[in-house]
Amino acid sequence: MMAKQYETVIGLEVHVELATKTKIFCGCSTAFGGAPNTHTCPVCTGMPGSLPVLNKQVVNYAVAVGLATNCEITQYCKFDRKNYFYPDNPQNYQISQLYLPICRNGHVDIETADGKKSVGIHEIHMEEDAGKLIHDDWEDCSLVDYNRSGVPLIEIVSEPDMRSAEEVIAYLEKLRMTVQYLGASDCKLNEGSMRADVNLSVREVGAKEFGTRTEMKNLNSFRAITRAIENERERQIDLLESGQQVIQETRRWDDTKEYSYAMRSKEDAQDYRYFPDPDLVPVYISDEWLAEIKSRQPEFREEKMARYKEEYDIPEYDIGIITDTKHMADLFEETVAICGQPKKVSNWLMGETLRLLKEKNMDPEDIRFSPENLAKLIGLVDSKAINSSVAKEVFEVLFDKDIDPEKYVEEKGLKTVNDEGALRKTIEDVIAANPQSVEDYHNGKEKAIGFLVGQTMKAMKGKADPGMVNQILKGLL
Amino acid sequence: MDILSYSAVELATAIKEGKVTAVEAMEAVLARIDAKETDINAYVTIDKDAALKAAKEAQEKIEQGTLTGPLAGVPVAIKDNMCTEGMLTTCSSKILGNFIPTFSAEAVLNLEKAGAVIIGKTNMDEFAMGSTTETSAYGVTRNPWNTEHVPGGSSGGSAAAVAAQECFFALGSDTGGSIRQPASFCGVVGLKPTYGTVSRYGLVAYGSSLDQIGPLTKDVTDCATVMEIIASHDTKDSTSVKREDTDFTSALVEDVKGMKIGIPRDYFGEGLDPEVKAGVLAAAKALEEKGAIVEEFDLSLVEYAIPTYYTIAAAEASSNLERFDGIKYGYRTQGYEGLHNMYKKTRSEGFGPEVKRRIMLGSFVLSSGYYDAYYLKALKVKAMIKKAFDEAFAKYDMILGPVAPTTAPKLGESLSDPLKMYLGDIYTISVNLAGLPGISIPCGKDSKGLPIGLQLIADSFNEKKLIQAAYTYEKIRGDFRIED
Amino acid sequence: MANIISDETIEYVGILAKLELSDEEKEQAKKDMGSMLDYIDKLGELDTTGIEPMSHVFPVQNVFREDVVTNGDESEKTLRNAPGEKDNMFMVPKTFD
Repeated sequence: MMAKQYETVIGLEVHVELATKTKIFCGCSTAFGGAPNTHTCPVCTGMPGSLPVLNKQVVNYAVAVGLATNCEITQYCKFDRKNYFYPDNPQNYQISQLYLPICRNGHVDIETADGKKSVGIHEIHMEEDAGKLIHDDWEDCSLVDYNRSGVPLIEIVSEPDMRSAEEVIAYLEKLRMTVQYLGASDCKLNEGSMRADVNLSVREVGAKEFGTRTEMKNLNSFRAITRAIENERERQIDLLESGQQVIQETRRWDDTKEYSYAMRSKEDAQDYRYFPDPDLVPVYISDEWLAEIKSRQPEFREEKMARYKEEYDIPEYDIGIITDTKHMADLFEETVAICGQPKKVSNWLMGETLRLLKEKNMDPEDIRFSPENLAKLIGLVDSKAINSSVAKEVFEVLFDKDIDPEKYVEEKGLKTVNDEGALRKTIEDVIAANPQSVEDYHNGKEKAIGFLVGQTMKAMKGKADPGMVNQILKGLL
Repeated sequence: MDILSYSAVELATAIKEGKVTAVEAMEAVLARIDAKETDINAYVTIDKDAALKAAKEAQEKIEQGTLTGPLAGVPVAIKDNMCTEGMLTTCSSKILGNFIPTFSAEAVLNLEKAGAVIIGKTNMDEFAMGSTTETSAYGVTRNPWNTEHVPGGSSGGSAAAVAAQECFFALGSDTGGSIRQPASFCGVVGLKPTYGTVSRYGLVAYGSSLDQIGPLTKDVTDCATVMEIIASHDTKDSTSVKREDTDFTSALVEDVKGMKIGIPRDYFGEGLDPEVKAGVLAAAKALEEKGAIVEEFDLSLVEYAIPTYYTIAAAEASSNLERFDGIKYGYRTQGYEGLHNMYKKTRSEGFGPEVKRRIMLGSFVLSSGYYDAYYLKALKVKAMIKKAFDEAFAKYDMILGPVAPTTAPKLGESLSDPLKMYLGDIYTISVNLAGLPGISIPCGKDSKGLPIGLQLIADSFNEKKLIQAAYTYEKIRGDFRIED
Repeated sequence: MANIISDETIEYVGILAKLELSDEEKEQAKKDMGSMLDYIDKLGELDTTGIEPMSHVFPVQNVFREDVVTNGDESEKTLRNAPGEKDNMFMVPKTFD
């Protein structure tokens, strides 16, 4: 008997933490990594009598993401309360949107080895993040830190349009790039500023109805998402093959053990009793406001790539890498604007920058050096103030600390010595100290001159122009 | 003249003129509290030392000329559901029995800015759920007119404190009549402002779309004066309304000529005590004699207000009270096994029966499968009720009626049948549903010697009309106070 | 009484509301909720077809804060009333294992 063929059906719920300075309903900072509860106030800790007031920037970002993902914008939208008890949720209700989410009916176009595809976006809604729970094994209890409580989120809910882990990753990468281009979030999976819950079901190929789906949480990397999808597909197929049923449930992925388990509880009725939040008034996005947000939309990657091809004489491969993140593209454009040398800027980004990112296990968003300083470095090389090997050394420091290369070179005394007299003196000393090599040179061993150049550079601590050294040396010999 | 018999405005004037000091006023009030509290129990918390210290500071500032507010040095009582920084705020519940807020409610701050000095926190129905102040976890409050009777509720402590001269004025909150009804039962003036007029920031929420803070005072002049101080646009409360017309004292004018007053027939039908009816109609007559045009009309949907109200209020309350879970503040049960058991035990031990009843009802009407039939339906009827009022106010400047069907019932009579108790709110709750202002002013006594309340209701943002009519009526009626 | 509240319903609502009722309280709650719902059913007499549900009584909209940090470190205040505290965090029963 032929084994049954199964198709995987996947929809995603992606939470993105917005890059606002303050929380969604209060003036507390959203900065990452503060000491516990130092970014809290009565509002985001659910103190009796406190009331929420909406951060306007959250609406701007949500609409911008909606427009970039081809959504219809709900010009009259509202907030609802989602009621459930959990310690990370200080009011025991989360302010979210159910009845009138801010964006609906969008789509994102992706490309995989199987070709191009459009993934539908069911809706995008605004909501507040929960606090952080830390498990204390010593006291056998949990501890709550509300610094993240009230950080603004958008939840992007896709249609069940994806059929493989590859498509899921392509969709997430596209979303991430779009949101990053908008500056609406840094979208870091490992820091939790982008989180994906995977809704997955399987069905026999050709079946019209969807199978029963499960929801998988706690997926902190693309690798975890891929593994969890494969694992859950297998688990569901095994259940069906052995005549059992898939139960609609929420499952938690354990990435170290590489399996998921059901988060079931008798106390968890999953009946959220949504109702309009009486403490918040509706949001009306006028045509003017919408137009204003539209006018601020950035140039996205496809447009950027096309323009680069027109404007800059750099390889298409480089264009692809540079525009892969908005941060890198901005850095490129701003540096070029200062120094006017696209090719050289591209070389620094494609060469040393990528090398150091890889070596230090960093993302392009983590680049901290400024366009001004990169332009200065390029200027130093151009004017032959430093040679290329010194430039590489300086770049490493620039990469780490964003130093001013001009000042740095000055302070460390790294400038190429162009004083011919001083150089000639050093070379004379080198010739005097290495009679054997001089003899070898005169005996026709061309290589011997390389040794003498090396000795000179060493004596000059690398600060000489190698061409000039060669010239003087030949003259003296 | 005895300090305690001053109204708030009279006291402020006397302090300004140097006839009395803020400290003397506070001492007089504290002495009165010592004499009366065993009988009345109007307060949950009194910090005498802090009150005297604050009075002393106020007096110094008044003398230096840095404190010139209209209520400078006047002692005030605050309902215990308004946050007061550093002072216990219990909502008369065990679950907040040890809760000391880290900030003060905006209305309280406004009063303090105007120079009022806080005496303490008044008793109430637990989380403002009740009409008698008997659901308090800290004992019942008794009606100063007759201590066998309830003071009304939920702001019963505030109303009783004003009536018993245990303060010069008080703040209350009104979700379904909780200022107006106890004001009526205790023979004082109580005003529920237009929704959004007084900031709700720092008011522990019961029914967020209905709650409003308002004054309980000895007379209409005090009422207008306090309103002028507590009304403010607050950027911390999204539902706060920006108003230009908050010069309420400008409406203290003795004139109702040509004012059109509608009397809803539906407010005078079955269930209304004949003595209350007679008292209220006599007041209407008195206003008519002063030139008001009084006529009867049919205000529709009156009977639907109570079920609408209890659905909405219970639903909002069930969500608002979820935050009381034993984690961040307040009571936590002693022994428990795991998180959910801790939640359940904390809440079951911390909340009283009436609160639990409303939380259960509210959770049910919002639960899966019932939302449309109950909650959404109630929101639609609310829209219809609002429309009925809009139509009435197209014809009338205000609506006149009783505050409650009866005068204050005896202690222990009401709680046995919750539904019957809820029916007592019939004349007050539609005002909250429609966001309207309503004032309660004493208009006589029944044969038992208990006060009868007259209610005037105006269209949104028309408090001044209410104040003017109430002020005019007060002049006709004359002095109204307990003879000691 | 038209609305009969079952034991299961009371149990379920108790889970939602995080309330643990004694047997006696449960019986009372069944009675109370039943009679309240009978009363609320009165709303069914009204034809509300085409009527917009009214959550806010006034048409106020677009009340916003600007995205400016106004709060500093208030952790001491945040934790001042905590029934259980450790390392500047709220101590709660273990959430999962």
